Amino acid sequence: MRTQPSAALRDPLLEARNVSKRYGDFVALRDVSLSVNNGEVVSIVGPNGAGKTTLVNTLTGLFVPTTGEVRFLGEKLADNDIVKLSTQGLARAFQLVNIFPDLTVRETLSVAAGSYSGLRWRMMQNFRHNNAVQTIVEEIAQAFGLHTSLDVLSSALPHGKRKLLDVASALALHPKVLLLDEPTAGVSTADKYGIMETLLAAAKKMNVGAIMLVEHDMDLVSRYSTRIIAMQDGAKIADSPAAEFFQNEEVLSIVVGKASH
Amino acid sequence: MMSRILIVVFLGALAVAPMVMPPYFLTVLIPFFAYAIILFGLNLLFGYGGQLSFGHAMFVAVGAYAAATSYSVLGVASFELMLGVAVLAALCIGIPLALIASRFTGIFFGVLTLSFGMLFHSILFKFYNLTGGESGMRVPRPTLLGMELEAYNKIGFLTGPFYYYCLILLILLGYLMWRLVRSPYGLHLSASRDNPVKALYLGVRVRWVRTVAFVISAVYGAIGGVMLGVLTGLADPELSYWTHSGHLVFMTILGGFQQFLGPAVGALVMILVQDQLMAETEYWRFFVGLALAIIVIVLPGGILGGLRRIKFKQKETKAHEDATQRRPARSTA
Repeated sequence: MRTQPSAALRDPLLEARNVSKRYGDFVALRDVSLSVNNGEVVSIVGPNGAGKTTLVNTLTGLFVPTTGEVRFLGEKLADNDIVKLSTQGLARAFQLVNIFPDLTVRETLSVAAGSYSGLRWRMMQNFRHNNAVQTIVEEIAQAFGLHTSLDVLSSALPHGKRKLLDVASALALHPKVLLLDEPTAGVSTADKYGIMETLLAAAKKMNVGAIMLVEHDMDLVSRYSTRIIAMQDGAKIADSPAAEFFQNEEVLSIVVGKASH
Repeated sequence: MMSRILIVVFLGALAVAPMVMPPYFLTVLIPFFAYAIILFGLNLLFGYGGQLSFGHAMFVAVGAYAAATSYSVLGVASFELMLGVAVLAALCIGIPLALIASRFTGIFFGVLTLSFGMLFHSILFKFYNLTGGESGMRVPRPTLLGMELEAYNKIGFLTGPFYYYCLILLILLGYLMWRLVRSPYGLHLSASRDNPVKALYLGVRVRWVRTVAFVISAVYGAIGGVMLGVLTGLADPELSYWTHSGHLVFMTILGGFQQFLGPAVGALVMILVQDQLMAETEYWRFFVGLALAIIVIVLPGGILGGLRRIKFKQKETKAHEDATQRRPARSTA
């Protein structure tokens, strides 16, 4: 456990303290503690069913932990107040493509930009004519290469771009921590590095403090992570800097043995 | 652009109608104004918010009864006062119901609103000391902007000053709704319809956004209800009956709920067709039902959705590289 000492030096952005999640008799998360600090790209790896997505859902306030607590910016997560979390700087993208099918790219990005600019209850101004909103939209679209598709309907975008839009809309909230649940799932091997590069460059440009990445693909994990956390059966089995992680044969065999196909 | 010209031409035609059309036709158009306003409200909730209410007619009844009550209690028959009381009543009843109903979606929301409507209907029906029960309450002829307009007889009043008053209200409220659905709020409402979980993570207060849409639609319903009450001179409990709510949904789907003007088109077509059929046959309900079945099968996007599809097909053959044409028939009118 390296979470406690580091907390004293600099406060973690996002922290889980002894988090467990049970559904009846089924234990999805067992006493998981972890922290994510400024400047890190933390990958969460593990075989299917290890509890990675449950962990992300708990860290982002969608699930309330059965025991333990999640702290964001040093403050305990209020039950289920996802909107508050997202405006305070915790953003996420989803495992499956998650978009607004009937909204265009511009509209989708404007949803988040409207929240960020505090214009939720602005009722009589066209969002297209709001400079604050459109400045964010243009900036994000540029960073993600979506600026040529601003008026295309989200559901008409090619798969890779839809993935990017999902992340782009989350980044329009200027988050401090970004959680990515398999951002390259369903994307061809040829495209996945491109997507990751675009995504990380954009996150850097938007001053995202830390990224948490749930990923199956050990290639991507080794290339982009600064730290790796391994999970099995809902419990954390390893948490070490990327270089050290790949020397731990025992953990590696659990993760890679079942995860790579 | 084309559609804007059509709207201006259509509004121009409505403005000159009292000078050229027989009074009977005008008394058919006033319900259209009222229903168009009601459906602008309903479609904020349904088309933009994805919440289909089967009890929306109760707010129409709230409007009509508010108009009647403002006279019976205050003793003043002023149209502005009626509208004011109706808006107030819609807020008083709409806000608590909105707070409850916006916790639900889909069929649960539909059944809940249906039961609100039936509850309200039975209150109107049973508390006859207050509401006149089955026979309803009388809505007197009101003053407009404080003017008595005694020179007009009943039909002259309805087809003259009252007609224009209602037309102006329709344009005003339609314009406000047009602004609303394009605002950051309107965008958040559409986002909450398309994907509520994603919307939450983008900072959309899904429940509040829905609650506000419910309240606004209640106010629009009540304003339309005042017009209908004045037109018929009666606040009738049947206004809040579930078949009337079904009628509202019918008109919305007929015109096309995915478009801003769809419901208004649906109201116009429905009112004109119903008026014709009722004169021709006593089995008009059969034909109306048949029409709905055909529309759902052949034109799932309603009349406007169908027209737009034809328009897009023509465009596609002209320039199919234009990416924007893939935008489906939704909000641009």
